[in-house]
Amino acid sequence: MIGDWLERKEVCICAGSGGVGKTTTSAAIALGMAARGRKVAVLTIDPAKRLANSLGLPELGNEERRVNADVDGELWAMMLDPKRTFDEIVEWHAPDERTRDAVLSNRIYQELSNAVAGSQEYMAMEKLNELHQEGRYDLLVLDTPPTRNALDFIDAPKKLAAFIDSRTLQMFTAPGAVGLKVLGRGSGMVFSVLKRATGLDLLDDLSAFFSSFAEMTEGFRERAEKVSALLADSRSAFVLVTSPRADAVEEAGWFHHRLLDAGLPFAGVVANRVRPAAPKGDPSTELTGLLDDEALARKVLRTFEEDRRLAVQDRRNLAALKKRLGRKPMIEVPHLDDDVHDLRGLRRMDEYLFG
Amino acid sequence: MASLFDKRLIVVTGKGGAGKTTVAAALGLAAARRGKRVVLCEVAEQGRLAALFGASATHAETELAPSLFTVSVDPEQAKQEWLRYQLKSRTLAGVLGGSRLFQYLTAAAPGLSELVTIGKVWDLAQLERRTGGSVFDLAIVDAPATGHGLAMLRAPSTFAAVARVGPIGRQAEEIDRFLRDAKHTGVIAAALPEEMPVNETVEFERALRRELNISVDAIVVNAVHPARFGPDDIQRLRNVSSANPVTQAALSAALSEDTRARAERAQVRRLRRAAKAPVATLPRIFEPELGRDELERLSAELERRL
Repeated sequence: MIGDWLERKEVCICAGSGGVGKTTTSAAIALGMAARGRKVAVLTIDPAKRLANSLGLPELGNEERRVNADVDGELWAMMLDPKRTFDEIVEWHAPDERTRDAVLSNRIYQELSNAVAGSQEYMAMEKLNELHQEGRYDLLVLDTPPTRNALDFIDAPKKLAAFIDSRTLQMFTAPGAVGLKVLGRGSGMVFSVLKRATGLDLLDDLSAFFSSFAEMTEGFRERAEKVSALLADSRSAFVLVTSPRADAVEEAGWFHHRLLDAGLPFAGVVANRVRPAAPKGDPSTELTGLLDDEALARKVLRTFEEDRRLAVQDRRNLAALKKRLGRKPMIEVPHLDDDVHDLRGLRRMDEYLFG
Repeated sequence: MASLFDKRLIVVTGKGGAGKTTVAAALGLAAARRGKRVVLCEVAEQGRLAALFGASATHAETELAPSLFTVSVDPEQAKQEWLRYQLKSRTLAGVLGGSRLFQYLTAAAPGLSELVTIGKVWDLAQLERRTGGSVFDLAIVDAPATGHGLAMLRAPSTFAAVARVGPIGRQAEEIDRFLRDAKHTGVIAAALPEEMPVNETVEFERALRRELNISVDAIVVNAVHPARFGPDDIQRLRNVSSANPVTQAALSAALSEDTRARAERAQVRRLRRAAKAPVATLPRIFEPELGRDELERLSAELERRL
C-alpha cells in the first residue's frame, strides 16, 4: 500500500509525536522501496543512533552510507548535521571571505546555529532540499526530529525567515535615527529600557551579527521559499506515524488537520503496534480442562483479558482517527512480539506496510 | 528517595512516549504524601499533567490534590513576568513588551524562549519567589524529550556565554549554577524496556555528564510486563492446542506475553549494566487510560523502588 502512496514521489516525510516508531517506520519504508528497485536514502537528524541501530550500522555521519541490505535497488542512510549545514549555507552566500568569517565567528551566530530549537529542523529541510536538487536518489525518506510538538519543523523555515527579516536588519544597520524610525515612535525609549534590562554587550553582539548578515538575507529568503515549495510539491508525501494510544492518536488527528490547512501533500497514516482484535467468548472451562492446572488457567485467562481490553481500546482510538481522515488511507502494523530494531525486524514490517 | 525529595527541583525527561508525564505525576504524589508542598510544571502546552488528575491546564497555579499543584509554563507570559521583575515597573514592562523592537529582539536572541521557560521553572523552585508567587518545597518539571530536554537544561549556560555581562547574563549564570548543583536539582530519566529507548537513555546520561557535568539521579523504566509464567508453565502451554479459536487465542496471548516479558527483562538488565544511575521499574498498567487510582498505585511502587 505504501508503494501506491509513494509512486512517482521523490520525497517522503515521516512525522508524528515521540515514541510511536517514527524512525523504525522511516527505515522500513526506505528498505521496502529499495527492495522494489528504487535508489533510496533515509535521513535523520536525531543523533540518538536510532536509525543507525535499526539498519545495523554502528553509527551514521553527515555523509550517506550504503546499507548492506541485499535489495534490488540501493539503500543509503545518513545523519544530517544541522550546524555543518548552516555553516555551508553561510559559506555559499557570503559575498567575500571577510563577511563569511565575521558571521561564522560571531557568538550570536554560533549559538543560533548550534542550540536554537527550530534552526535544527529548518536545516534538516535545507539539506533535504539540497539532496533533492542534486537528484542522486529516486526517493528521499526523512525521519523528522522527535519533538513533542511535531509541527515545529513545518514552521521552522518561516521562523528563521522572520528572524533574518530585512526590517530587523535595517534597524541595526541603518544609521541610528533612520533605523529606529522604521520601528515607530518611542523606540528611543525602548532602546534605553532594553539596555537596562539586558546589558549592552548583548545588543552590540546582535548588531554586529545583523550587520554582517545583511548582505546574505536575499539568498536566505530565496532558500527558505524553495524549501517551503518543496514541502508543498506534489512530488512530496507526508506520512503520519502514530500508535493506537489515545494521546498519540489525538496528536495525529490534529497534525493531519494542520497539514491540510497548510496545503501540504498528505499521503496517509501508519498506525504501529496495533493489537489485533481477539475473538469473543469465554475460554475458562476449556483452558482449565486442557491445562489440568487451575492456577495456570487463571493466569492465562487474566493475560488474555488484559490483552482483549487493550485491543478494544486500540480499535476505538483508531476508529476515531479514521473518521477524521475521511478518504485518506490508514495502514495498521500489528504489535510484534519483539520490538523492531534490526533489518530482520524491518522486513517483518514490510508485509504490513507494502502488503 | 529521601534525598531526592529534599531537593528543590526535579527534572523529569526521557524519550518521547516513555512516560515522563506519568513519572512526574507519580513523584509529585509521593512527595505530597510526605508532607511536601509540590508544584508540577509542564512546559510544552499539552495539558497532560492536569488531564491525569481530571483537571484542565492553566497558566495559573492550580491545586490537583492536597499539597499538589500544577502550572503550565507559557514562554510569552514568562517573558512578561521576567520584564516586570527586571524593570521593577509594570508600565515600562508594558511599553517594552508591546514594542515591535522588543518582539524582533526576542525572536532574534538565540535561546531566549528556552531561557525564560527554565527561568520560570527555576523561580517556582525558589524559597523566595522573584515573582512574589507562593512558595513550594519542591518543583517537578515534566521536561521535553531527551534532545530538547538537554537543550533546555543547556539554555542558561548558553545564554550566560552570549550575554557575558549585564543582568541577563548574571541571572542565566545563577540559574545554571542551581541546575548543576546536585543538592538543589535532581534529574530523573524515564525509559521503556526496549532496545532503542534503552540506548537513548544511556546516551542521554552520558551527554548530560559530558556537556553539563550533571548526573542522572535515577532511571525509571515504565510499563514493564509482569513475569507471570515459570518455565514449567511455558512448557505446558506449548504442549497444548485447541480447535476452539477463543481458547487458542488465549494460549497464544499467554505465550506472546511471556516472550515480551522476557525480552523486556533482558533490556532492563542491559540498562542496569550500562547506566551509572540506579534503575527502578514500574509495572505495565492494563487500563486504557491512567486514572487517579492507577497513579496512586504507581506512585506507591515508585516510592518503594527508588
